[in-house]
Order: sequence, then C-alpha cells, then structure tokens
Amino acid sequence: MRGQEQEWTDLMRSANAGDTAAYHRLLSAITPVLRAAARRGLLRAGQSPDQSEDIVQDTLLAVHLKRHTWDAKAPFAPWLFTIARNKLIDALRRRGRRVFVDIDDFTDVLPGEEAPEPSNGVDIEAHLKTLPERQRDVLQSVSVDGLSITETAKKFAIKEGAVRVALHRGLSTLAARARKDLI
Amino acid sequence: MKTDDLISSLVADHPSRMQPVWMWLLAGLLAALPLSGALFMMSLGPRPDLATAIHSPFFDFKFVVTLALASAAAALSLHLSRPNASLHGWMWLLALPVGLLGIGVAADFAVPQRVNWTGRLVGSSSVACMSAIPLFSVPFLIAALLMLRRGATTRPTLTGAVAGLMSAGLGAAIYAAHCMDDSPLFVATWYTLAAVFVATAGALLGRRMLRF
Repeated sequence: MRGQEQEWTDLMRSANAGDTAAYHRLLSAITPVLRAAARRGLLRAGQSPDQSEDIVQDTLLAVHLKRHTWDAKAPFAPWLFTIARNKLIDALRRRGRRVFVDIDDFTDVLPGEEAPEPSNGVDIEAHLKTLPERQRDVLQSVSVDGLSITETAKKFAIKEGAVRVALHRGLSTLAARARKDLI
Repeated sequence: MKTDDLISSLVADHPSRMQPVWMWLLAGLLAALPLSGALFMMSLGPRPDLATAIHSPFFDFKFVVTLALASAAAALSLHLSRPNASLHGWMWLLALPVGLLGIGVAADFAVPQRVNWTGRLVGSSSVACMSAIPLFSVPFLIAALLMLRRGATTRPTLTGAVAGLMSAGLGAAIYAAHCMDDSPLFVATWYTLAAVFVATAGALLGRRMLRF
C-alpha cells in the first residue's frame, strides 16, 4: 500500500513536470482503486454498484481539473481520496440519500480483493451530447475515436490550438454539467 | 463512455497547465478594485479633510486593521481552496486583525479625548458605515468567489465566509477614506458588524458556488 502511494506521488510529480506518459500511467493506476472504492461505497449505502463507473469518471474528471490544488510537497493519495470521497457523497446525494461515507472505504483496499470489471459510464456520455458542437466533436474524437490532437485538427480542418481550447472547455463543461445535476 | 477513453482525453488535455489559485484570486481582486473605487467616488468620495487626517494615528489605524483582515482572510481562503485542508493552526491567522483591533481599542481608552467613550462608540456615521462597507465589498466578493471556484475546497461554506471577510476588509479600507469616525471603538463595533454581514453573505453564496 505504502509503495503504491509513493509511486502515485512520484508519478504526479513527473506529470507536473510535463511528463504526459507518467500522467497516463497515474490515471490508469488509480482507476481500479477508485472503482473498488466506489462499488464498496455504493453497496454500503444500500445502492446498486451499477453506477460506480459514473463515480469513477466524475472523480477522474475532478482530479484532472483540480490537479493544480495538489500540494507537490504532500503525498498524492490523501488528496485523491478526499476528491473521490467528495464525488461519492455527491453521487449518493444526487440519488436523494444522506449518507456518511467512511474514509476507510478508500484507504483499506484489500490486496486480495478481486478487481471488478469496468463497465461503461452513462452520465458523461449523456452530458457529452449536450455540449456545444465543436467541444463535442473534439472530445468525441480524442476520447472515443482515440485520435491525437494533431489528427483531430486535420479531421475537422481547424488549428491545433483551437482543438486544445475546445478539448479543455469541453472537459470543464462536462464537470460543470455533473455539478448542475446536484442542484 | 469507456473510462479508458475518458482517460485518453484527460491525458491529451494535460499540457493545458492550470495556473495556481492565488494568481487567479489576485487577478480577480485587481479587476474588482477599480469597480469598488468607482462606486466609492460616485457615492461618498473621500472625506474633505483627508490631507490632515492622514497624520492622525487613529485614521491610519483603520487602514492597518482592515488590510490586516483582508490579508489574513486571503491567505486563509487560499489555504482552504485545497481539498481536506487542515484547519489546525490556520484559524489563528484571523487573530491578527482581532488582536490589532484590541490594541487599538486599548489605545482609544488610554489617550485623553474630547468625546466620551459612548459618544465615540456611537459615532456619527454608523448607518452609512453599515451600508457602505457591504456595498464596496460586493465587487471583491463576487471576484473572489468566482476565482476560488478554480480551487477545490471541501468546506465551501467556510471558504465563502472567509472570502466574505477578505472582501469586507478591502471594502472597509475603501470606506475608511470617507468615514469621519476614527475611534478604534467605533471601528471595532460597526466595521465588525458590517464584516460579519458580508461574511454571512459569502458563506451563503460559497455554499452553492464553491462546490466542485
């Protein structure tokens, strides 16, 4: 557990220094842990774990958009688990539940626990459809179609800078839409 | 959407570096300053004896204490804009303006004055003070809340209240240039009430606006 958390901290530091591969590895590494915690949180609240992938995706989006609030001198895991816990509470509240979420849900990942199969998230998919056209096209192209920024720019015959802007705005809008569902 | 697909898009967006929250907050407050300044010049304007007043220690003290409140609250709000920020020790920052106010009030009683202490406390402009400070705080509060949205506070109500204190400190520093009451006793009473009012507004707004 310690070793893994140290590895996350190192990866996030490298990512902050501009290492995109490290960022990819970090997000891939935390996803199964977030998934297990989300399932456990839902089960504990008496909810079906079906929606756990939406919580995972909402958390990843928040991690991405708020990564500048991580203090590089501090370990990464507590920061991550606070955001994940916040997103789990939001998800449960959205379903009209007042619940207490135990922080141990995140920290006590049992080593032998079988990793749940990833399912598809539906919330982001639904919100994606409501984005402005440019943001939706770019996001779709970079995520689902797996094209690079350069390829996406070519595909829509726009500048790479415009692709980057649309991508960033699209992700921010997705996060804002998820928040709006709450109110 | 598959989570791996989402991760691809996040990684592609990684080069879009995010500026630290303090930079945004500073920019927001600098943008709000001319707005509050314009509100001040259009409504009250500086007091006529400003040139001589700046030699009075109690007049200058109003700026020291209000700006101390603004600085302490700004530092605290930035600290709170990180998730699970520990409160341990940090709330003591607010002891700085409170302590200054205490020293001011003690000095107010210590030096001989023409008006007795009840007269100084009631002053001549408490109503103007209570309405002008919140008014001049509004641009700062809106700017601060919008910029603090870029943070990730897990205590939105508290962070909103602290943003309110910061805005009240800045709004009060502007109002102080008009206010004819220089007694620290007056400041401790009416400025504080106005600050509590703005902090309450900040807490209510922050609760909604600062969730992430």
